[in-house]
Amino acid sequence: MKELKEKARDLLKNKDVQVVIGYGDGTGGKPRAIFIRDPKDADRLIFDEKCEQNLAVYLLKHEVKKLGRPAIVATVPVVRSIIQLAAENQIAEGSVVILAITPDGKLTEIKTLKDTETFVSSNPPYTRPEDLEKLERIEKMTVEERWNYWLDELSRCFKCYACRSSCPMCYCERCTIECNQPQWVSPASHHLGNVEWHIMRAMHIAGRCVNCGECARACPLDIPINLLTLKVSEDIRKNFGLTAGMSATLEYALSTFKTDDKEEFIR
Amino acid sequence: MSASNLYKPYLMKIEKITDEAPGVKTFRLAFADENEGKQFAFKAGQFGEYSVFGEGECTFCIASSPTRAGYIECTFRQAGRVTNALANLDVGDTIGFRGPYGNIFPIGEWKGKNLLFIAGGIALPPMRCVIWNALDTRKNFKNVTILYGARTVADLVYKHELEEWAKMPDVKLITTVDPGGETPDWKGEIGFVPAVLEKIAPSSKNTVAIVCGPPIMIKYTFPVLKKLGFGANDIYTTLENRMKCGVGKCGRCNVGKYFVCKDGPVFTFTQIKELPPEY
Amino acid sequence: MEKKTLTKENLPRFLKKLQEDGNRVIAPKRTGEKVDFSVIGSPDEIADDYIQTVQSAKFAFFPKVEEILSFTANKSGVKINDKDTEKIPSTVVFGLRPCDAAAVASLDAVFNWDYKDNLFNSRREKIGIIGLSCAKSDNNCFCTSLGFGPGDTRGSDILLTELTSGDYLAEIITDKGKAMMNAAPELFTAEPMEAKEKNLADIKAQFKPEDLAKRFPAAFDREDLWLEQSLRCIGCGACAFVCPVCACFDIQDEGTTQNGTRLRCWDACGFSLFTLHTSGHNPREAQNHRWRQRLMHKFAYMQERLGVLGCVGCGRCSRACPADINILENVKMILEAK
Repeated sequence: MKELKEKARDLLKNKDVQVVIGYGDGTGGKPRAIFIRDPKDADRLIFDEKCEQNLAVYLLKHEVKKLGRPAIVATVPVVRSIIQLAAENQIAEGSVVILAITPDGKLTEIKTLKDTETFVSSNPPYTRPEDLEKLERIEKMTVEERWNYWLDELSRCFKCYACRSSCPMCYCERCTIECNQPQWVSPASHHLGNVEWHIMRAMHIAGRCVNCGECARACPLDIPINLLTLKVSEDIRKNFGLTAGMSATLEYALSTFKTDDKEEFIR
Repeated sequence: MSASNLYKPYLMKIEKITDEAPGVKTFRLAFADENEGKQFAFKAGQFGEYSVFGEGECTFCIASSPTRAGYIECTFRQAGRVTNALANLDVGDTIGFRGPYGNIFPIGEWKGKNLLFIAGGIALPPMRCVIWNALDTRKNFKNVTILYGARTVADLVYKHELEEWAKMPDVKLITTVDPGGETPDWKGEIGFVPAVLEKIAPSSKNTVAIVCGPPIMIKYTFPVLKKLGFGANDIYTTLENRMKCGVGKCGRCNVGKYFVCKDGPVFTFTQIKELPPEY
Repeated sequence: MEKKTLTKENLPRFLKKLQEDGNRVIAPKRTGEKVDFSVIGSPDEIADDYIQTVQSAKFAFFPKVEEILSFTANKSGVKINDKDTEKIPSTVVFGLRPCDAAAVASLDAVFNWDYKDNLFNSRREKIGIIGLSCAKSDNNCFCTSLGFGPGDTRGSDILLTELTSGDYLAEIITDKGKAMMNAAPELFTAEPMEAKEKNLADIKAQFKPEDLAKRFPAAFDREDLWLEQSLRCIGCGACAFVCPVCACFDIQDEGTTQNGTRLRCWDACGFSLFTLHTSGHNPREAQNHRWRQRLMHKFAYMQERLGVLGCVGCGRCSRACPADINILENVKMILEAK
């Protein structure tokens, strides 16, 4: 990705940005997040189909923010994450340079929120067929089968919160599960505690999730948590016509009321 | 049958509640099981894990002296879930207590010395145990000086005991409030604790200093003590840190390789200087 | 130490006999691409041909949620119901790698170094360990750098090493191992001729354990290194939870003030709330300081205070980390730093 390295080098040399957040070589051929500060190190940047980690999560980390104005290598889901974060007032206009890369490998440097919106509208959201298949399979189950499926999967969870920590949308300084006055959701990872946690998270992510799949990738126990947030995203899209990460103006389905809102879910 | 449960608390009945200051209370606790009470022993400096069943556990020092049998006392400020739950309890209610944990003030080594106690605000409770321990064995020590300050007059805790100590002919008590914290009839000093310490300039000869206070007070008090000639080995303090088990297992309260619950909470200034800046 | 042969046909028979004798058996089981420890019904559920399981088997000694006590309360007082340790089932853990078996000694140290933790001990004494030597390794394994090895007998009651024929060398190491063997002594035949070493993975040591004590204590102040290593850390607990040695825990009450339980749950020093005081003060506010705590605790403090290492080189944390933070890489960075 020669163009990417050159762009990164120039941005750093001109002091447009102080850090380039991108992918580099990791253990055993896996890519990992890297933070380039010296223009000479721009050669370490790589990009291939294995580069899937949602790097937008680093834009809100204190230690990364301290490094200065960032540029970020962004696939389409990452750009959508950035737009959603901007819509939620977590990222200010012009505070980040986006080095967007389309699925066919084309690099575009984006500096304004308007341009990010244009970028995502010409690169529409993509959900992996295998995830849609899994979702369909679960939707065909009876309520009891579905409950047993999820109880089975979620009972393995040990509440490492990798799903939460890897998600750019989970930026709350104090997560609901960390509130103890009152303790809304049990912090212990017994069956009930796990189900409560994942349902709570799915509801807090509803309407904000861009379906990057990072939560499932991050889960060390291979629990398909992204199916929960995918399901909620699909429900919101079908019922309210809204998709997260497309507009930098906040339109949050669960906190806006329109007179023509469908109410079929109330039975 | 396996050994007894390390985490099972004693059941304690609240015998007396004193409102010390806004949001600050003292509980006097008696063992629900008298036999357990008779067998229980502790030394000044130790702490315990006090619990409201159903809400959680909380770490406070044992604020009463081991010379007074039949009860233990703790003083706390309402700040979070457990302390708020404690504050809603009445005399006669039951709470849990695990302890005594931690190391002790080496009061036996201080025989024949002058004692200088310096405390600020809510940090008088960890010292109260050792102050009363010393006063209850008064003839073991030479001069006893207590310097205690708080932000305002209302924030001074143990007001009754301050009156008692003021009346004792063999105790020198100096109380102070921060500038602006005085009331019209305030007769004590006005000034931050380190400044008042410098003003009264107690002698460091054959003296042990025991200091406890918020980090900012400690930071400015140690240099004054050094100036007055106190050696690092003659200055004691107690640290606090987030705790859960209290017995050196949950891995939470360490400062470098030291556990505050096992190697502390009492530390000398020599040890404090060795600690990494992680508390 | 007795050495026997356990043929590949007799191994499942042996495990079956242990089950018939009332032991629950925990062994590596495959789900999809990954293998993990689980209670098994039949020995043919046991996975083979894998290098390491995702999680350790520490949950058998130290579960992710454990009841400390339960209570009922009313106006006249509180009644505490102690945990009934008789109800803990007799357990055999099969397939612990030598690194995992050595990790049990570190857990023993944490839970017994002065106060004795009976919750842990009452489980520990009911567990028999049948270890399994490693014929393969990957580049995340570094047991030999820490003084352990793919055929190390420490921590196992019986250690099995698979030989070329598919049969196993069975080393009967402890009295408990001997008692387990005596559940079906006819299944164990004479010592095999083939050397054990021939069947062990070749794992080159990348540093010496003595180097750790020389370099780590002074490394505390190297803010630059800690920051560089942890910039991409997302602050989850995956590394701590898959680790066979990590034993930090939280204590939480559940239920109401009239009727509830006190639980012990896994916790991790990587979480931002781990050391947060109620006052709002946090001694480890920055993620790089929390990262430093992880490495210093494992490679310096535990050795100094408890006399055991906090790491056995199993490589699980590196494999599980969503941000690819590799503990071997980071330890070497500290050892080689100028």
